[in-house]
Amino acid sequence: MSDGNYFTRDRSWHPPAYTPSYKTSVVRSPNKALISFPPTLSEQTGPVFGHNILGELDNDLIHNFAQPGESAIGQRIIVHGRVLDENGRGVPGALVEFWQANAGGRYRHKKEGYLAPLDPNFGGCGRTITDAEGGYRFRTVKPGPYPWPNRQNDWRPAHIHFSIFGSGFGQRLITQMYFEGDPLIWQCPIVDTIPSREAIETLIAPLDMANTIPMDARAYKFDIVLRGRRSTMFENRPEGN
Amino acid sequence: MQKLNLLKESPSQTAGPYVHIGCVPNFSGIHGVYPEDLGAVMRREGAKGQPITIKGAVWDGTGTPLKDALVEVWQPDADGIFTSGDPRGAGDPNFSGWGRFAGDYDTGEWAFETVKPGPVPFPDGRMQAPNITFWVVARGINIGLQTRMYFPDEDNSADPVLGRMEHKNRVPTLIAQKESEGVYRFDIRLQGHKETVFFDV
Ligand SMILES: [Fe+2]
Repeated sequence: MSDGNYFTRDRSWHPPAYTPSYKTSVVRSPNKALISFPPTLSEQTGPVFGHNILGELDNDLIHNFAQPGESAIGQRIIVHGRVLDENGRGVPGALVEFWQANAGGRYRHKKEGYLAPLDPNFGGCGRTITDAEGGYRFRTVKPGPYPWPNRQNDWRPAHIHFSIFGSGFGQRLITQMYFEGDPLIWQCPIVDTIPSREAIETLIAPLDMANTIPMDARAYKFDIVLRGRRSTMFENRPEGN
Repeated sequence: MQKLNLLKESPSQTAGPYVHIGCVPNFSGIHGVYPEDLGAVMRREGAKGQPITIKGAVWDGTGTPLKDALVEVWQPDADGIFTSGDPRGAGDPNFSGWGRFAGDYDTGEWAFETVKPGPVPFPDGRMQAPNITFWVVARGINIGLQTRMYFPDEDNSADPVLGRMEHKNRVPTLIAQKESEGVYRFDIRLQGHKETVFFDV
């Protein structure tokens, strides 16, 4: 194994479990302290996914649920970036999954009650695997903001959910991507679970005109950072191992 | 002074109520995008070891099961080897080691088929009792919760992780109940006096 143990996760950078303005967290937040131990093989290893799982349209949400010859309605965008570790190294071979509401802010889900209509040509899920430099990209429509039951009038900013696997299960992460310039970001109780503005800014994707496809789709750049791992040269190991 | 030039990990955000769309779309009724949901099948014909079933649910602080939780598990094969990334060798080719399961929309119950894991050494060389790592996400959970399930019919007395816990009365929250031969139940409680032990590793 070329990778050493993880950097300690900075829990003060992440949202705490208990965030009363996001009401659902109140009864779903552990009260007791998390217990720490040195990372074991259970955290250092993790599932690996091969390109054989990917279908041709998995990274194209405009078409992967659409009828032949049709496409999803909405603002066409490319989302691209790199999966990095805290050392700034690209993470190759990482499975990245994403899901989102349609252009009107409606999810294709049994428990979704927003009155905005479903798009018959939009499912809302996609996935890809990072290349040798940790790069990834996919095509979709820009999701709409949507209201949600929390306080009387809470709206989620437009966002895309991301699930990322690193090289070990200890790097497992789920997060959300927001869009540059959306005023709802600063009014959202879920965004606000993140303690610092500096940390929130790292989830806001800028418009990337350089990578826009003229007359077709605008681009947004979203880099994702997973926990770093030390170099293995001086790892503390029992004699003989 | 120089700068360390380290990046910060992307902050976590809740998986939300619609995590199924992205992680288990077929379960959620979105068919035709992926042929099957990843992680639904952990063992194939010919997998080594004892086939077992694990059932359970995730419970909130009011004693209500979460009907929108997603659990992932990661475990070694019957010989205690992880199927990818393990420096000690290749694992069982008929076993994936990783599973992903959504709670039932009405009851919150999940269940999965796997094999009983073999023991794995702790970093200091002592042996750990057989266990399965769980990772729980859901609406209202801001950052994924990691825990472990141990077996009631194994000797857990010398396990280094259980051994380092100050509050020994919390150890039982990590030990599954045996319902019948090869069938275990593991309930994960987010709060309360039986709150499951969660880890920061
Ligand atoms: Fe959402």
